[in-house]
Order: sequence, then C-alpha cells, then structure tokens
Amino acid sequence: MKNSVLPFLLALAGLAAQASAAVPPLGKVEFNRDIRPILSDNCFHCHGPDQNHRKAKLRLDVREIALEKKAFIPGNTGESELLKRLVSTDNDELMPPPESNKKLTPDQKETLKRWIQQGGEYQAHWSYVSPKKETTAPARQAVDELVQKRLSAIGLKPSPQADRRTLIRRLYWDLLGLPPSPAEVSAFLADTAPQAYAKLVDRILESPHFGERMAQGWMDVVRFADTIGYHSDNPRNVWPYRDWVIKSFNENKRFDRFTLEQVAGDLLPDANQESRVGSAFNRLILSTEEGGAQPKDYELRMLTDRVRAIGAAWLGQTIGCAQCHDHKFDPITARDFYSLGAFFADIKEPILGKREDGMILATPEQERQLAKLDGVLADAKKKYDAILPQLDAAQKNWESDPAALAASLPELAKDSKATAVDKKTAQLASAALKKEEKSRSAKDKKEIQTYFRTLGTDLFVNERDALTRAEKERLEYYQPLTKCLVTVGAEPKRVVKILARGNFLDDTGEVVKAALPKYLPQPKIEGREPTRLDLAQWLVSRENPLTARSVMNRLWKQFFGIGLSKVLDDLGAQGEPPPNSALLDWLACEFMDSGWDVKHMVRTIVSSDTYRQVSTASPELAAADPYNRELARQSSFRVDAELVRDNALSVAGLLVPKIGGPSVKPYQPERYWENLNFPVREYPADKGESQYRRGLYTWWQRSFLHPSMLAFDAPSREESCAERNRSNIPQQALVLLNDPTYVEAARAFAARILSECKGDAAQRISWAFECCLQRKARPEELTTMQALLEKHLAAYRADSNAASLLLQTGQAPTPEVLDKPELAAWVHIARVLLNLHETITRA
Amino acid sequence: MKAPNFFQQTRRVFLGRTTQGLGAVALASLAGTPSVQGAPALGVLGTLPLPQKAKRVIWLSMAGGPSHLETFDPKPKLGEMDGQPMPESFTKGQQLAQLQGQKLNCFGPQHAFQKFGKNQTEICSLFPQIGSVMDDICLVRSMTTDAINHDPAHMFMNTGSQIAGRPSMGSWVTYGLGSAAADLPGFVVLTSLGKGGQNQPIAARQWSSGFLPSRYQGVQLRSKGDPVLYLGNPAGVNLEQQGNDVEAINALNRQHAKLVDDPEIATRIAQYEMAFQMQASVPELMNVTGETAATLELYGCQPGDGSFAANCLLARRLAERGVRFIQLYHKDWDHHGGIKEGVALKAQEIDRACMALITDLKQRGMLESTLIVWAGEFGRTPMSQGGSGRDHHNKAMSVWLAGGGVQGGLVYGATDELGYAAVEDVATVHDLHATMLNQLGIQHDAFTVKFQGLDAKLSGVEGGKVLKKVLS
Repeated sequence: MKNSVLPFLLALAGLAAQASAAVPPLGKVEFNRDIRPILSDNCFHCHGPDQNHRKAKLRLDVREIALEKKAFIPGNTGESELLKRLVSTDNDELMPPPESNKKLTPDQKETLKRWIQQGGEYQAHWSYVSPKKETTAPARQAVDELVQKRLSAIGLKPSPQADRRTLIRRLYWDLLGLPPSPAEVSAFLADTAPQAYAKLVDRILESPHFGERMAQGWMDVVRFADTIGYHSDNPRNVWPYRDWVIKSFNENKRFDRFTLEQVAGDLLPDANQESRVGSAFNRLILSTEEGGAQPKDYELRMLTDRVRAIGAAWLGQTIGCAQCHDHKFDPITARDFYSLGAFFADIKEPILGKREDGMILATPEQERQLAKLDGVLADAKKKYDAILPQLDAAQKNWESDPAALAASLPELAKDSKATAVDKKTAQLASAALKKEEKSRSAKDKKEIQTYFRTLGTDLFVNERDALTRAEKERLEYYQPLTKCLVTVGAEPKRVVKILARGNFLDDTGEVVKAALPKYLPQPKIEGREPTRLDLAQWLVSRENPLTARSVMNRLWKQFFGIGLSKVLDDLGAQGEPPPNSALLDWLACEFMDSGWDVKHMVRTIVSSDTYRQVSTASPELAAADPYNRELARQSSFRVDAELVRDNALSVAGLLVPKIGGPSVKPYQPERYWENLNFPVREYPADKGESQYRRGLYTWWQRSFLHPSMLAFDAPSREESCAERNRSNIPQQALVLLNDPTYVEAARAFAARILSECKGDAAQRISWAFECCLQRKARPEELTTMQALLEKHLAAYRADSNAASLLLQTGQAPTPEVLDKPELAAWVHIARVLLNLHETITRA
Repeated sequence: MKAPNFFQQTRRVFLGRTTQGLGAVALASLAGTPSVQGAPALGVLGTLPLPQKAKRVIWLSMAGGPSHLETFDPKPKLGEMDGQPMPESFTKGQQLAQLQGQKLNCFGPQHAFQKFGKNQTEICSLFPQIGSVMDDICLVRSMTTDAINHDPAHMFMNTGSQIAGRPSMGSWVTYGLGSAAADLPGFVVLTSLGKGGQNQPIAARQWSSGFLPSRYQGVQLRSKGDPVLYLGNPAGVNLEQQGNDVEAINALNRQHAKLVDDPEIATRIAQYEMAFQMQASVPELMNVTGETAATLELYGCQPGDGSFAANCLLARRLAERGVRFIQLYHKDWDHHGGIKEGVALKAQEIDRACMALITDLKQRGMLESTLIVWAGEFGRTPMSQGGSGRDHHNKAMSVWLAGGGVQGGLVYGATDELGYAAVEDVATVHDLHATMLNQLGIQHDAFTVKFQGLDAKLSGVEGGKVLKKVLS
C-alpha cells in the first residue's frame, strides 16, 4: 500500500532486527541467515508448507520442488522466474501480489539475486537440526570466546567491566530479584581476593531466593494462575505447583527430570507425591463454569491450550497456528497438532464446571489423622447401614400413619424453633408427602427419607448421631488440608479427531492417536501408542533440537534483556536466526552435556566477562548496535513487576522473606473486582505477614490481575508468555506514587532512616541512597533532596494532622518515639527514592 | 499549583529521536526491547491512506447478548408460530448453547414493533427515543459472530479472535492513530450494571493491548472511588506536595540521565508529568456540575450515579477532550428467562441515553466525526428457553451505527423469516472492524503487526470486508 508507512516500518523493523540481512551481505549469502527470512515472510504464505493454501503447486521451502517447478535456475539470474516476478510491471505477474500488501526492498531483491548467482543452495532450518558445539577453551571462557569471535568478525570491541557496586546489584536482580544489603555490598567491595566474584556467585546460587527468581519466568511460560480464566474466573487449587517449581530450581533438579515430572509426573516408574505435584502443569489450562458452555467447544479449547503450552514452554514453536490448517511457515501439519493433543486425552477432568479439589498434600502425621477419621467414619457408616432395614420399616409405618400424611410436620409449625436447615428439609418432605405415592419421583422419595432419617424418628439416635459427627469431623479436618490439582490418567481416553478449520462441530475428521511431530527427529516406539511419558522424554532427548535452545535463549534474556534469538516464542521460520548462532548452540549443547544442569548454566553465563561489561554504550557502539544484539556491552532495563514490589518492600524493611505457601492478597483498590460475577467477589486484603510477601506470591486472578502488577506488564497468564512487554506508562507513576503498598513502604523506609541512621539530614539522605541504590548520593542530589525535605518539614510542622494522616497508610506500626511531622517529611524523601528510574532499573 | 513545565522539553527529546529513525521506534516497541513508549499522541500510521470520516469511536457494548427479536428485528412470522416446533430445517446440526439437544419451540417476539423515521424503519416499541433519531442510525440486521459463550464472544467482538492475548480494537485504533487527548488516556472504558440481576462478568482482557505496547491498553474510568486506579494522592499529601515530589523525582532522573544515555529516562520523566496532569484532568472530566440542566435532562441522569446514561454523558465529555476510543459496557442483557420484562428494563436504562448521546453530539457538531456503534456480543434464539427466555445465538444479531460517515436511516441486511440466521448481506465481526477502521482512515488489511510470525490484523487473518453499502 503506497500511502501507509506502517507496512514499511514493519518491514524495516523486521530487517533492522536481522542486522546481517539489512544490507546485501558481503561475501557468501547464507540461506538460513539471509534468504529464509525473506522467503518465509513474503512467499511461504502461498508457497510454503500449507498444502491447502498452496498456489500453483509451487513450494519455495523445499529446493527440489522449487527447482522442479523452475522457480529459479542456479547460477542463472537472467532466466530465473523468481527474480523476474519480483520486478514485473504486470500486476498479475508481480510477486508478492499487490493485494498481499507485501513488498520486497531493493536490498532484499539484490540478496535473492546474489543467492541465485551463487547457486541457490538451501540449508535445513537452523533450529530443526541438532545444535553443534564449537570447540572452545574451557567452558568457563567459552561464552567470551564465542562472543569475541563474532565481535572481531564485525569489527566491534567489548566494553570495559562494570564496577563492583553495579555487579553485585546486577547479580542480585538477575539471580535473586532482591537488592543486596549495604553490608553485603561493603563486604564485596572489601574482598580483594581474585576469587571474590566467583565466591559471590556461589553464595547467591545457594540462596533460597534463587528458586523464586527462576520460578517467575517459568510461571509465565506455563501460565500459572490461581483462577480458571473463563467467565466467572473462579479459584482452583494449584499453588503447591508454584512451590514445587521454586523447590526444583533451588535443589537444582535436572531440567530433564523437571520436564518429566510436569508432563508425566503421574506416569513415572518412581512417581511420588512430589512428581505428581509437578504434573499439575497439565491442569494449568483455562476452563469454564459458564452455564451454556458446550462440552465439545471446551474439549477442543483444553486440547489446543495444552498443545500451545508445550510448543511455547519447551519447543519455542507457534504450534497453535496448526489448529485450523497446516502451518504457513513451519512444517507443522494439522495432523501433528491434533496428534500432540492426543497425548493428553487420558487426563481425567471435568470438561465443564468446577474443578475437583485435587490431591491432598498431607504430612505423614496428617495422613495418619485423616486415615483415623476415615476409619471412624467407615465404622459409623457400617453401624448405620446395619440399622437401615429397621429404619426403613419404621418409615413405612410412619408414612401410613394418617397424622404423618397430613404432612404438617412439626418443624413447619408457626412456633417451631427448628433451624432454617431443618425447616427446609421439612418443607421439601412435606411437599413430597402431599403427592400421591405413585406419582412421587425418586427425588421426592429421597426428600421424605432424608426427613425421616434426620428429624422424623427417635429410633437409633446414637447410630445416627455417630455418623453425623464422624462426617463433620472428617470434613473439618479435610477442608484446611493443602490440595493441588494434579494429573490422573484414566481409560478410556477421549477420542481426538482432526478438526477442519478448528471447527468443533465438524465431526467428520479423521481420528488420530498420540504421535510426535513428524518434522522433528523421533524415537522408535513400536507396538503401543506413545504416552505422555514418551512425549516428555522426547522433549528432553538429546535428539530434540529445540528444547535446549529454547530454554537457553530465555535464560540468556534473563541476563541480557534480549534473547540470542530475539523472538523467544518462535524459533521457527518466522523467528530470528540468532546473529550468534554458535553461542546459542554452544549453550544448548553444554546444557545437555552437563546433565541439564540449570545452576551450571547460570554460573557459566554470569561468570563470563561478557556478562560483567558495563551497560552504558559509547555513541559509536550505540549507533553500530543500538539493541545490543552483538553483546559488546551489557543492557539496562526496567525490572519485572514482581521485583518492583520486592525491592520496595525490601528497602523498607517490610519484606517477609518466607518461601512458598498459598497465594496472598496485597492491598488492592476497592471494587476492582466489581466486574467479576458468579459469585460476586470480595477482596479482603491480607493482614499481617501475608501482606508483605514477594510479588511472586500475589494472588493471580486471570481476568483481573492485581492492577499494580498489570501496570508493570505482568501477564494475565491466560496464554503462555515467553516475553513480557516492557512498557513505560503513566500508570506506573501512579502506582509508585499512590498505591498504599508503596506509600506504606515509603513510610517504613522513612522510619528506618530516622531510627537506623543517627546523623544530620545530609548524612541520613546519603544513608538512604545507599540503602536504595547501593551508592552514595551525589552533591546535586543531596541539594535537591534537602530542599525537598525542608519544604515538607515546614508544611507538616504547620499541619500535624496531615502528618498523622500520611502515617496511617498501611498496617505496619509506626515507632511511637519518632516525631510525626519529621517522619512525615522523611516519607517524601523515601518516596522519591522509591520512584526513581534508577531504583527500578537493572543496569 | 502549576504543573512543572518540562513536559514540552521531553516531548522534543522524543520527537528528536523519532525523526532520526522512525523504523527504530517501531522496531523497539515491537521487539519488546527498551523502547520509547512515552511517545506523544502520534500513532504509528502517520499520514493516513484513506480519508478520515470518523476521528473517534464510541462503542456501546450491550453485554450479555441483546435479543434482536425484542429490539431491532421484527419477525411477525415468528409470532404466528409461537409455541410450535421450530422447523428442523433451520436448526439441524447447529451449534446451540444451553438448548443443545432440547426440544425446540418457536417463541414469538415479546413486544410490539413500531415504525420510525423517514424510512419508516420498524423497531421495538420499547425504544421510542432511539426511534426518534432513527434517521441518524444505520441499522445492521445481518450481523453474525463465531462464538456462542459470553467470554469468548466478547473476546471475538473486541479483538477479532477467540484466543486471549490479542489487542482489543481500542488498542489497535489508538496504536494506529494515537490520541488527541494530551492529558487523558487515548482509550477509555466505562462500565455500568443493569438492574435485572444478569450482570455477566467482563474480564479486563477485553480492553487489553495484547501484544501491542501497554500504553495502548484501555484505562477503566470508575464511577466510585478513584476514577482511575491510584489516581488520588495518599492521605495527608496535598496537590502541591505531590507536585513537589514529582518535580524532585524528575530532577533526580534528569541528573541521572546525564550520566547514562538511556532514552527510557526521558520517557519516564514524561510519564510522571502525564500522571501528574491526569490527577487534575480526570477529576475535571468526571465533574459534570458544569453541564447545563438541559443537558442533564436530555440524558436523564444524576451526576455521578454510575448509570449507563451518566456514562454516555462522560463519553461525550471524553470525545470533546480528544479521546480516541471510548467503550461503554452496559450489562444485564443475558435473558435466558423473563425476557419480556428484562428487555423492558434494559430499554428504560438505555433508550433515552442513546438518543441523548446522538443528539448531544449532533448539537455540538461532533456526530459526523464520531462513529457510534451499538452492539452486543451475540444475538438470541427465536426458540424459547424455559418458556420465557432465549438462548445465546451467533447466527443473527442486530447492531447499529451512527455518525462517522455512515448512512442514517438505512437498514442493512436481513435475517430469515424466523430471525434464525442472517441471510441477506450477511456481515461478520471482521467486516464490522474493517468498516470501522475504514471510517477512521485506516486500510484495514494493511494495518498489521507481526505476532507469532503472522501479520496479525484486527480484521482477521482471513480478512473482513468493508460494508460499503452502509457508508454515506
């Protein structure tokens, strides 16, 4: 389209991102790096893997077919149809067709020409072939070696190493998500041993907060949330899974085992309570309790949800596209899609309506107690069953009694003091008794029986009471026990059919069995249908080219702000071939060679010189590599939503560093949930220590995520999210300025400043800077802050009532010894510090 | 107190950067890399390819699924067949919600219809006020949708997809066009409850920006408490003190920016300015005491009563202030039972307000530049549910448009004689989106953003078509 700049911008964006493809490459054109992105984006839609949408029977993703159809003649640019079509002046001939709104840049055309000139060679798609490990120096230096190799090839030089204060702050953000204390900073600054940094890394990796930090990203890709997602968005029991993830990272559980437990924790030969909790992964889908929902509709939604999650969390593939048709860009067929879905057809679960409570996670003592109560209940039930024939006989007599038939049961009398429940029971029975005996439904009979057995007789009081008591005691003990939705397999499996265009009403599709995607290497499984365990083992098999790459690419992003391949959720044709593919391959191989050792990989990356560079760029470097794709420096970026909170609470001294437990409810604006219904919901903010937990533990309401989290781009987790937005919007300012959590944090921080630092105002301001930013205040900062302090002090001295009001925000107590106007003024100093860009930025 | 005056300056900082490389900005915001998201009110589209008939949209979402048969689609034949079995030729093998597998009987329209306007358009007699402005309304009786349950159907109506995580139409539009409102969000959402007790839940994802930058997400204005979340100062902090703090924060951020060349800092400074300005501009917006008695009477609302009518008045005030996309939800249209009384109650709640909005905008010369859309998420069955209601239905629904270059007085499309399915000029949600974008000056099939390898569009992968016949 001529007049719109958007397609142009987007085309430009796509190209600029692939630095190497922005201009025709010097020297040898490489298919994966230079050609596939152009063909995929502009041609594969009609000349790619999707056979139903293929035009002129031509596919350009397979060289043999392209040659057979004479799309191009290697070495002969003059006779190559493909090139002619690109420049045709006939709109019927021109490719891509004008109505597609796609257009190649002159540079792209030149690149294609040069490629054909050089023989038009293809390469298998980079991420579908096994990663190769380049021979390098010891693992410790491999990252640097591969980065520097690339840098010297493109003529860039690495940046200097960051100072220690920056490094410790960076490590704490990246590995723990919490700020270091001033004491920890001083200790590190003072440690002159050559191994000081390595020691620091080791110490940090042993912190129990490491698991929390690592869990955060995993929660996003598996879309962990406390609620079901659709419509009423009611709660479900899954939080033990979150704790399982934290524990797994802390214990450095091998990533392959971590995978097996999630996909097939119930099917493992050594399945146990822990592995079953891991299998809650399969239950993290969206579900509905809406009245008019169609089972077939939601059966399909649940299947597709699971397939998309496997694609996103492990494979880095946008498999979801193949729900309706063969994938347009990658060789994923609709058959592959539904065959993957069939792996989950054994999962026992309601398609519609409320989820079950889930597996009880009891301690041995609780298990004993529950077994005891079950025993008491069984015993009471047995005795009760024994008296039933006599009770039934008595009921028959009672029913034949004219007084009873009149159905004016005593509970219904005007002056009756019966409980509401008993009255209801009597009403139902009375209504049923009024009917002719033969016209009573089974339900009517049941109502009469219930009335008689609970209220209508004096017979066997002991037996009946014993049963009621046993039931009540068991329920009271059961209810508060921890439970978790887990995977339970059951026969028969649901039948899975290929649905044309994803239409669940079309029942004519072919039935498929569980099978692994045909375009990827796979094990031989003969004589039986593969199971979820086979799927899990395949995900983490040495032959699978995707999983290790995809996981390492995301890990890299955690430490550099951007993946080695920029598109985290798509390693396929429409993703980005990594500019430094040797590095991603090395990491993937090392990950597998090390026995899927996550801590080893973390240590390897953060120990590199590459990681330790400064994040500031010289103007030349910024111009040459504006998005830091080449790693000639570190990156700086705003931290994730949870860490914004964790940092403020930690600096304020309010943070309760407890690990795990049920999700918590921080302060939230009133009526924020007013649009939820069935039932209408209250949001009681937690009291006491639950109010001061890390952001990771915030109650995750999918349809109304906590607004402070949302403002800082935490995802709703309705879909898998490999990459959060990183926005910079006014709502973030409003949250940090006015959310009671942050006002209270400022108040507590101010109290700390006054209680823990006994100096003059300047010394106290400087102390606060060290607390919050791990650095000293600069003179101009001191001036700004002192002037601000004086202004506020004067105002609160004049209006001590306002001071009292400000100090009442939040539940945390205020030390009585502090002067209120003075404390109130310092709240503002603390508040300004908590609001600074630097405070919420990892550099 | 006067707002600190460096907003202009940071705007220039941003504009300076953009002129250096527009591509870089687009790249940054799409890649999720550190980006300049505090951009001023410019959209990514810049110069528009098509004439811009509508400058803004007011979308009236009738949540729950209004029955077309008791609002805008007269079906006398259905009345004649009341109580008789629904002919199987209509329903065989069709997707129904709660009626699936049940005996299907015709259920006649529960209210009379009446003719309005120069073209004598027949609409339900419960809506005389809307009838009185029928000449400004283009009625589409042939709308259809893909989804049949509330939540997926809202998602489809708002994002063109039933999968969560796609941007809502308000986000698309503000992303493309930006907003002329300097101190208000470009995309604003208001909700109101009905009195009938069928208030279906609405998830915040309905106004989410999905994969577009978060600054394009809808901001909900609430009638009680802080109108925008966290808008109010903490207790014990007055406006001046708040301003002092914002000034200090920005001063320290500027000092920091001298040491590290990070464009995010300039954006952060601009956003603190914006936030502080919103603390004044939003209460001013919400305060309708300056409206004349005649205006309040036109809408028939009490200031701040949280009603649909009050939200319509706010919609006009938002439109005046340059807000690009204003979406109102009015709930309680889910009439599985008691539809006769239910729709009558809804009519009381919305009839006058809809007329007032059209009339008020017209009086102010703003109707032509404002596209109003009235739509539910699906229609309802001509078959009875439980003897007094209708089930969800996706094969036929009525929506209407006004202003923004659509033809007033027109009726577009028709359903079959029982109102079961749209049969003439069948329109889809994608078509509706395409038409809206077209009126905003956007070529809908070229307005794309790369997501998961696809050129994602509001008007769908398969593409909608502009409903040319409804345009004037």
